[in-house]
Amino acid sequence: MNEMTAPAEKLTIKDFTSDQEVRWCPGCGDYAILKCMQRTLPELGATRENTVFVSGIGCSSRFPYYMDTYGFHTIHGRAPAVATGVKLANPELDVWMITGDGDGLSIGGNHMMHVLRRDVDINILLFNNKIYGLTKGQYSPTSEPGTRAPSTPQGSIDPTLNPISFALGSGARFAARTVDTALKHMPGVFTRAHGFKGASFVEILQNCIVYNDATWADVTSKSVAKDKQLLLEHGEKMIFGAEANKGIRLNAKAFALEVVTVGEDGITEDDVLTHDETNLQLARMLAELGAQPNEPMAMGVLYAAPAETTYADAVHAQVNEYKGKRTLKDMIYSGQTWEVS
Amino acid sequence: MASEIQELESAVVRFAGDSGDGMQLTGSQFTSSTALEGSDLATFPDFPAEIRAPVGTTFGVSAFQINFGGRSIKTVGDQPDVLVAMNPAALKTNLGNLRSGGLLVVDTGAFTKRNLQKAGYEESPLGTPMMDDYQVIDLDISKQTLEAVKEHGLGNKEALRCKNMWTLGLVLWMFSRKRKPVVDWLNGKFAKLPEIAASNVAALNAGHAFGETAELAAHIKRYHIGANKTDPGTYRTVTGSQALSWGIAAGGELAGLNVVLGSYPITPASPILHTLSGMKEMGIVTFQAEDEIAAICAAIGASFAGSLGVTSSSGPGIALKMEAMGLAISTELPLVVINSQRGGPSTGLPTKTEQSDLYQAIYGRNGDAPLPVIATRSPGDCFEVAIEACRLAVKYMTPVMLLTDGFIANAAEPWMLPDLDALEPFKVEFAETPGEGETYNPFKRDETTLARNWGIPGVPGTEHRIGGIEKSYDTGHISYDADNHQKMTDTRFAKINGIANDIPLQEVEQGEKNGNLVVVGWGSTFGPISEAVKAARADGLSVSHVHIKYLNPFPRNLGELLKGYDKVLVPEMNAGQLKTVLRDKFLIDAKPLNQVSGLPFKIVDILSAIRAEVSA
Repeated sequence: MNEMTAPAEKLTIKDFTSDQEVRWCPGCGDYAILKCMQRTLPELGATRENTVFVSGIGCSSRFPYYMDTYGFHTIHGRAPAVATGVKLANPELDVWMITGDGDGLSIGGNHMMHVLRRDVDINILLFNNKIYGLTKGQYSPTSEPGTRAPSTPQGSIDPTLNPISFALGSGARFAARTVDTALKHMPGVFTRAHGFKGASFVEILQNCIVYNDATWADVTSKSVAKDKQLLLEHGEKMIFGAEANKGIRLNAKAFALEVVTVGEDGITEDDVLTHDETNLQLARMLAELGAQPNEPMAMGVLYAAPAETTYADAVHAQVNEYKGKRTLKDMIYSGQTWEVS
Repeated sequence: MASEIQELESAVVRFAGDSGDGMQLTGSQFTSSTALEGSDLATFPDFPAEIRAPVGTTFGVSAFQINFGGRSIKTVGDQPDVLVAMNPAALKTNLGNLRSGGLLVVDTGAFTKRNLQKAGYEESPLGTPMMDDYQVIDLDISKQTLEAVKEHGLGNKEALRCKNMWTLGLVLWMFSRKRKPVVDWLNGKFAKLPEIAASNVAALNAGHAFGETAELAAHIKRYHIGANKTDPGTYRTVTGSQALSWGIAAGGELAGLNVVLGSYPITPASPILHTLSGMKEMGIVTFQAEDEIAAICAAIGASFAGSLGVTSSSGPGIALKMEAMGLAISTELPLVVINSQRGGPSTGLPTKTEQSDLYQAIYGRNGDAPLPVIATRSPGDCFEVAIEACRLAVKYMTPVMLLTDGFIANAAEPWMLPDLDALEPFKVEFAETPGEGETYNPFKRDETTLARNWGIPGVPGTEHRIGGIEKSYDTGHISYDADNHQKMTDTRFAKINGIANDIPLQEVEQGEKNGNLVVVGWGSTFGPISEAVKAARADGLSVSHVHIKYLNPFPRNLGELLKGYDKVLVPEMNAGQLKTVLRDKFLIDAKPLNQVSGLPFKIVDILSAIRAEVSA
């Protein structure tokens, strides 16, 4: 994020809504994310002229067309590189990158790794619907093994990639997770991502109503959400569950997180971990939480540890240190020259 | 021995040795010393792809050739007059090219049994009838060097590293060149290692003194090569990579834009990344990306945000960038794509030169995706061509492909320093905030150039969304309309083809504007074609030379011009790419002369082809 001059008048959701007809399938999770973004940007004091949305290819990547800001719908997988170039040209811009599980983790996995490693100050929203939508339903890097799809009629074989683990492994300094339908939770995550100086990575569990309907239902549906989602708050106990009596404890012997019930087997709240979003090891374990049937998925900010500077700022600091000290003419005329008269 | 000094018009010297023998350094220092005396020159660094190939092998031989003269020099010379061979492998790989009667300097100290075996000699060729054709100076340079530097206390291995300077001293003596520029350079380079500097200077002086005092055979002469009579001005030597980088910086300044270079290391293009990375004083931002695709995409992102995006690579990297180039064509963003061509296909010959990416430049990319293609003919020419690439990119809102090659990238020549203040600016004006009641349309075009107007983030009121999906001609919004796609495709072609009205007419380099035979070239074949045509004309043959800088679109008079000749011969370091394009565009019977050996053409080969054509 950048300190921008606040707009003269407070903008509204309308100001960020473009005149283009939204063309996602009816019932797509993307609608809610779009609305949430259009609603949140005015709250953040964002201006249209300083905001840029960059995307790759896929359903999610149509997002920029619907925002009345600057937008660049690029090519498959390459949004991180294009966004890096935008920031190198003008570090003052507020850049959001919209991608999906195929665009960001398959064809663009290399660029995703490096934009996170470099800590380019952009906000990355990865819509994870565990399927290729725009190409009509093939399995993706986040699909469960056994996914039956047009390209895998007998079921997919590849193991699943965990986006947050990938991000943290790549050196991301901000990683968060939210849900497309979590209209109260999502704005807070966007606000934190926007406020973070550096690359902020946000995985959004998103439903594809056509090719992978209800793929996240075992985590997100109302009936199970409280038992299957751990809503993280920095400095708060990791308590969850319909009765708010379940907690996450570190099993030191197994060096693993485990679910415990407060009030059972002598467990008290003191046994339950307190979230520390600056702890990388904890974030790594939280990223993987949810792999077992009794475990919740961690939601909110798993990790936030800003560096002293960000990539584009550091690049420009180097340039500014030398800028103007020598002209092109000085350079060309330096070294061994001779005169012909 | 007081040798007589013979005046020569020009000479070709080739230094050849093991990769670790420092031949490139020796050559470039000889070049500096020669350039400072005002001779014209052309150099050809010819080295293996391996950084340190096994010592003593033929594939580990590294060579540096220089052609210099008191007249205009346009090629590196067909055949060396002097060959310095620092080991048997260097002799084996280079002797065949030495002019009959030429001078051969060999380090006998390196002619050990083992080195002879590695080079594939059963016994030493020195002193055998094989040498009868040449004047041979066989010296134990290794021993002489050890003797010369012993007072500086280096170990044997380090001391032997000075033998290239001993050899350079001898050759400088032979051509009556000054040692001072080399001494100054050594003292600067090894400022922190005084004993190394002193040893190298001692070796250099010893080699020079050897020439002056030793009883060399009476037939070994000293030569003098004078200054070339050329235009008055300040000169320096420049490599293609340097001139190209400086041209990009100048182009950015003339456009009033910051340059953002996205690049990924690749031979032989990396020196451009290195040079521009050292130019932060001019505000140039360089980005060593994770791969070729990210390199061009970052450059495109930078252009979207109002900088001048530039990307630089060689053939295989350019292939990877093609999809992104299509994006820049579709979104009509300025971009300069520099291709330092090398031998292909695939990894091909990374350190050898070729001009086989013309098809890739003109016809690459998916869909109908035209872009301007321009080529540079020599190291110094790179400066102007780079500026022109920047001008076309911003004026026409298009990616521009600049073709150079491995030969030009590494070769050096004297270059008259340009008057930077005299360069014509082409300042970019971004779209401004629209007036009350008006809206910004990113695809509103200039009526003459058909370039769209460039709105950039940060400016209120020009917010817009663009991408690789087809856009409506009228609004710039996404459009899948059939007629619209036809219109946009036609418009993209019309825009690029229209550049023909904004570039100079094709001129004839040498000869008549019509007649029997024209030799048509592009890129780095300029030198050999020029010399071959000159020689043919001196023999009374009717032949002209046309050299094409603008390869897409062609200058608007090119077709008519070429049709004025009975025959068209196209020498190319590829299997006939320009030939095909000329046939396609103009329905003329262009005949190919192809060489894909990874080496520049020899004058004599082009000359024989000219003779064959004329008498056919």
